[in-house]
Amino acid sequence: MDAVFLTFVFVLAIFLGFELISKVPSILHTPLMSGSNAISGITMIGAIASLRIEKYGFAAFLGTLAVVFATINVVGGYAVTNRMLEMFKKKDEGGAK
Amino acid sequence: MSSSFLAINFAYVISAGMFIFGLKMLSSPATARRGNLISALGMLLAIVVTLFSQGLDYKWIVLGIVIGATIGLIAAYKVEMTSMPEMVALFNGFGGIASMLLAWSEYHQNPQMSVFIGIVASLSAFIGGVTFSGSMIAFGKLSEKIPGKAILFKGQHIINGAILVVALLSTVFFASNAESLYWVYVLLIIIALVFGVTSVIPIGGADMPVVISLLNSYSGLAACAAGFVINNNILIVAGALVGASGIILTRIMCKAMNRSLANVLFSGFGAKVQAGGDGPQGEIKPASAEDVYYILEAADSVAFVPGYGLAVAQAQHVTRELGDLLEQNGTEVMYAIHPVAGRMPGHMNVLLAEANVPYDQLIEMDDINPRMDSIDVCVVIGANDVVNPAALTDENSSIYGMPIIEVHRAKTVIVLKRSMSPGFAGIQNALFFMENTRMYFGDAKASIQALVAEFKGGN
Repeated sequence: MDAVFLTFVFVLAIFLGFELISKVPSILHTPLMSGSNAISGITMIGAIASLRIEKYGFAAFLGTLAVVFATINVVGGYAVTNRMLEMFKKKDEGGAK
Repeated sequence: MSSSFLAINFAYVISAGMFIFGLKMLSSPATARRGNLISALGMLLAIVVTLFSQGLDYKWIVLGIVIGATIGLIAAYKVEMTSMPEMVALFNGFGGIASMLLAWSEYHQNPQMSVFIGIVASLSAFIGGVTFSGSMIAFGKLSEKIPGKAILFKGQHIINGAILVVALLSTVFFASNAESLYWVYVLLIIIALVFGVTSVIPIGGADMPVVISLLNSYSGLAACAAGFVINNNILIVAGALVGASGIILTRIMCKAMNRSLANVLFSGFGAKVQAGGDGPQGEIKPASAEDVYYILEAADSVAFVPGYGLAVAQAQHVTRELGDLLEQNGTEVMYAIHPVAGRMPGHMNVLLAEANVPYDQLIEMDDINPRMDSIDVCVVIGANDVVNPAALTDENSSIYGMPIIEVHRAKTVIVLKRSMSPGFAGIQNALFFMENTRMYFGDAKASIQALVAEFKGGN
């Protein structure tokens, strides 16, 4: 039953994603990509939760490595997206002139 | 179900809502930055509540977070805007491998898996592995550590097809009896890593916008599959959002090149250089910096059309400087952006934003084309195939049917180009020989600097 419920969530989220993303203008496609990339670092949650006390040896090694990569994704992804979006300015907000 | 478990999962619902809100706010440049912050806060909330789970082994977690956050921050603040495509490729890969490692770690710890969990654990490892090695190849191509052109090898489709069949069989076999088939799982991971390489290496540099979008989608789907393995809703929701986002971008990129996804992935476009002599021929009219200055000086409206060459020459700042001088001269200035210009979706927009070009001057292809007849001068900087009129008129051209920025309809076209070499598609551009076109040869940055000097000297 769990499998059905999770699949249900998955399908709805895909449709929601299509709706949301098709409204993003092409000028913001690069930040969209790096930002959604950061969201895919959500694996970090799973990796953290998997590092339990009873986990040791090779499994702990794999889990720690997963935390490292996912954290790079989350932290780096949000930071670089913020850096990019900071640069998008309207005309009257002025540039560095 | 303990109350802390419930509380954590309720917090995940809030996080999912914040991701959705964040993405929604990306629909306008004015709210985009706040949207990204909301999304980041959602992530922070999810991470913090997860840390409150019972029975965690904090020493590994802290170690992992410290290493990852340090690398991530350094990378994010050091990267040049022109290198953004390879940066995104790299991060995509990291997302993929994290999901693969998570699934592997879960399997290693609890090898008794039901058939369903066995299948999703295989999927997570396979998609994650392909995302990782494919992204590393894309990264290599984009940063020119390996040759950017399409590398074709004999029997490539047969080999890739065979790999997929083997992967599928291994998945079914593994899921039937996960506990005693550890070697099959390891085999599957190796197959995935090989497949990522063999499937991306035949794809040429200018098709990278499609590849990165697709890998972006894979990294989300890998997270999704990992969510099924550990029975976690937030991974599934967030992964699905990213998966959908990547698929939409892939579709937009393919449409902008008038090619199917299958054609991009399997054709090795741009690998074959066509024999010279059968392209359009004619007389070209070179122009000096002074000639171009007089043309621009007299124009009422100027549209810059940037391409990958602008990024290579790092000419975005000097282009904006020229744009400013033109505006002071009373000229209307626009920047017309083709969806596939550059090496990733939106690449040109980011570069010009970096150079302080206001986003209301960045005009999309579909908005500039209808008013092209009224524009005095189009300045093409390092773009080629996306302004080739053969795409509209020549049915035999390999880019026929691709939507282009119709600069040839402007009163005058100035093409900045290093030499007469053909573009990525390997075809000569009919635009260069047209009556209203002037060729301004040289390095894009140096050429524009010369124009800026003319303007400053003239005033």
